[in-house]
Amino acid sequence: MRYFLRRLTQAAFLLVGVSILTFLFSTLAPGNYFDEMRLNPQISPETAAALRAQYQLDRPLQVRYARWVNSLAHGELGFSFANNSPVAPLLWVRARNTLLLTLTATLISWALALTLGIWSAATLGRLPDRALSWATAALLVIPDLVLALGLLILAVRSGWFPAGGMSSVGIESFSPVQKFRDVAWHMALPVSALVLSAFPILVRHVRGAVAEVLEAPFLRAAASYGIRRRTLLYKYALRAAANPLISLFGFSVGALLSGSLLVEAVMSWPGLGPLLLEAILARDLYVVIGGVLCSTVFLVAGNFLADTLMYWADPRIRTGAPAK
Amino acid sequence: MNRLVIVEKLEKRFERAHSPGSAREVAALQGVSFSIVRGTTLALVGESGSGKSTLALCLACLERPTSGRIIFAGNEIATLNEKQLREVRPQIQLVFQDPARSLNPRFSALEIVSEPLVVQGRLDRREREARARVLLAQVGIAQAKEAQKADEFSGGQRQRLAIARALALEPKLLILDEALSALDCSVQAQIANLLIELQLSLGLTYLFITHDFAMAGHLADEIAVMENGKLVELGVADKVLLATNQEVTRRLIAATPSLGNAAQPPRVV
Amino acid sequence: MVAEDGDLPGMTPLLQVQDLHVAYHSRDGRKFPALAGVDFELQQGEILGVLGESGSGKSTLAAALLRLLPGNGEIHKGAVWFEGQDLLRIEPRTLERVRGARISLIFQEPSLALHPTIRIGEQISGVLAAHGSASRKALRQKTLQLLGEVFAAEAARIADSYPHQLSGGQQQRVLIAQAIACGPSLIVADEPTASLDPTTQQDILELFRTLREKFKLSLILITHNPALLAGLAERILVLYAGRGIEIGPASEVLSLPRHPYTRALLRSVPRELDHVADGRKSPLPVIPGEAANLAAQAIGCRFEPRCSDRMDLCTQREPAAVVVNPEHAVSCFKYGE
Repeated sequence: MRYFLRRLTQAAFLLVGVSILTFLFSTLAPGNYFDEMRLNPQISPETAAALRAQYQLDRPLQVRYARWVNSLAHGELGFSFANNSPVAPLLWVRARNTLLLTLTATLISWALALTLGIWSAATLGRLPDRALSWATAALLVIPDLVLALGLLILAVRSGWFPAGGMSSVGIESFSPVQKFRDVAWHMALPVSALVLSAFPILVRHVRGAVAEVLEAPFLRAAASYGIRRRTLLYKYALRAAANPLISLFGFSVGALLSGSLLVEAVMSWPGLGPLLLEAILARDLYVVIGGVLCSTVFLVAGNFLADTLMYWADPRIRTGAPAK
Repeated sequence: MNRLVIVEKLEKRFERAHSPGSAREVAALQGVSFSIVRGTTLALVGESGSGKSTLALCLACLERPTSGRIIFAGNEIATLNEKQLREVRPQIQLVFQDPARSLNPRFSALEIVSEPLVVQGRLDRREREARARVLLAQVGIAQAKEAQKADEFSGGQRQRLAIARALALEPKLLILDEALSALDCSVQAQIANLLIELQLSLGLTYLFITHDFAMAGHLADEIAVMENGKLVELGVADKVLLATNQEVTRRLIAATPSLGNAAQPPRVV
Repeated sequence: MVAEDGDLPGMTPLLQVQDLHVAYHSRDGRKFPALAGVDFELQQGEILGVLGESGSGKSTLAAALLRLLPGNGEIHKGAVWFEGQDLLRIEPRTLERVRGARISLIFQEPSLALHPTIRIGEQISGVLAAHGSASRKALRQKTLQLLGEVFAAEAARIADSYPHQLSGGQQQRVLIAQAIACGPSLIVADEPTASLDPTTQQDILELFRTLREKFKLSLILITHNPALLAGLAERILVLYAGRGIEIGPASEVLSLPRHPYTRALLRSVPRELDHVADGRKSPLPVIPGEAANLAAQAIGCRFEPRCSDRMDLCTQREPAAVVVNPEHAVSCFKYGE
């Protein structure tokens, strides 16, 4: 219990720290949203200045931060100048879209990684293992951008998949089943891109962790009791190899909001990534801070989840076993 | 100074962090007193948890006792600070049970034995290598093998390396913590012989910690028996082996496997 | 029926190992022989002690019996007859049914032989479940019963513990419980008391005796310490350099060893506890040199370089087993060819 409280407090401190830093960096960067307006001859400098004052961008840093924290306490994340709307609803919609993508991709990646990784470890050095090593090496070498573009080209050339976007025109009039199929069809390419870039690393880690455990004395001992090969692999080996994999899983969760920016941008998926990108370029302060904070929450939550899982899965951590 | 080591009422208590419901403090050593005569071997026999390893660490100045005195070569050392201890440390050396874990497997024999000399920093490279070669010869490692990596030696040879390394700084006291326990029987005999020989030629004093009463009986001039942090018996080896009146000692002797009654010493055929 | 040594002619031995050859392959394709022709038999209900030091092939022998060698090990010759089957040639599926259920192996180092993150009770149930389906309740009951055989009390607490919460002696008892779980007829224990205190050691050996009586087990006890076998083993097989060099009744092998290696090994054990005044602190008679390097090619007897009784013949070919007494055989040219 103390363990959890400690981790929660650490997480809280981290979030506060990140919010302060983001605030700091964003406001320290030269210029603000309204500076762009000055380039627009149709808007007079006085209007721009008035707008600035209205949004209180001329107040000192601490005041602005305090007001922002205050609005946070009320469940609001500020105002987006570029979109002329509160930040929160904007973020939620985009974040939901991103999560749709990344959750699916993460699940598929892990499922693939576990199955293939265990198979690889069980056939170490032989053909299936070597073939997989080659394939993952190739995938690791190809930059994510190239992968995404390659898939896009495939889509355009073959016409099997839409070349971007999340839904077809007129989706509002579809039936629920049709809506589901439409979105799924649009998701196919981005999810594939994410999976292809994520699962090679996961597979290698799974393979490494399981291969190491397969050499361990307790596994040979279990084999000596006549325990079946499948049970040995999936129950005994995987459980013993869990620790490093749980850490990795924590990273996967942590990257749920932040890892797909490139793919979203290339494939025009209306997710958090493109929104943040636009906001940064436009100096849309509160969107940037809101977006960064969301991603940080996920990162911290991912880490926390990993720690919790490890605590639960490894009794040596739970009962404070002496190091051997 | 005929007694190299005098230990008086040594106490060591540890805080136990993790066990709910059991005592917060563990008394690893309680009122332990003994002495070792220069040039002799004291065997310290006990089971795990008896405190013998804690005692070794205190004597080697790697743990500070909670109370009590340790007098080494006439000087009180239990309360010295780190700087003062630097003078004392080279004179007390440890040899551990598991050579696989106490030697860096990728170091060569020469490097392992030179390591303490490097740390001490008094000799230059050629002098260090010369001294290391002398040490290797003393423990019976052939010169041809001096460049071999530690993990390419057998268990017994590695223990020889550990002993050579311990001798590098010309110690007066060698603490052997279960140094033979991980070795095969015939190899134990070889290393035991080496220890006896080195004691004679270098005038070393040994604290031989073990749970093997048979080897203790063979190597020691005096035997001390520990249980639960207390010293329950201390005496001349013969007396302890043949005429003890301590229950603990009797139990330990009875538990030590011996060829004894099932076989007479093998006659030459 | 527990058979006794040397009775009823024609009684089939429980286990027959014939001409077993095992080698390990290194990455670069070199072969390191570990066993070079081991032969022995084990009768029903017998306790056989296998005496061997590092490099003798003792652990390889244990693993080879059940084809549990690590990936780079290969059994390239020989047979292991058990209950009418050659274990080296049966199908893997059939072998899985033998492991744990007919023959159990107890590896060295109990702390490493248990899964670190699964509770003890579950591990034992796993062994039971591998050889017969039963409800969870039945498995739990049987598990507690087994733990009750090896622990005087607190079976339930042990069942809910994790391995790292147990002492070395307790871990060893758990391994023994796993070994007897499915009622095997043979248990092979590799250095079962190596890292334990003397009193715990004594308890474990006593436990072996008790269980053997109770369940009519046959035992193969592998160790490098001859003193452990005194008073426990009925026959002793001595291994050196991957070969059996002497086999005979324990009392004879220990008191009147024939092979120069056995003799030298026994002489190197300190005897102060046996009130034998060898002279304290005088050098023990040792076997000069190091254990044989099996990778190196050699033609004659593997012990010859270290042997005090060597003859010219010893470098020319390997000695075959010579019977010196009924039940007692030695592989040494001193006793014939």
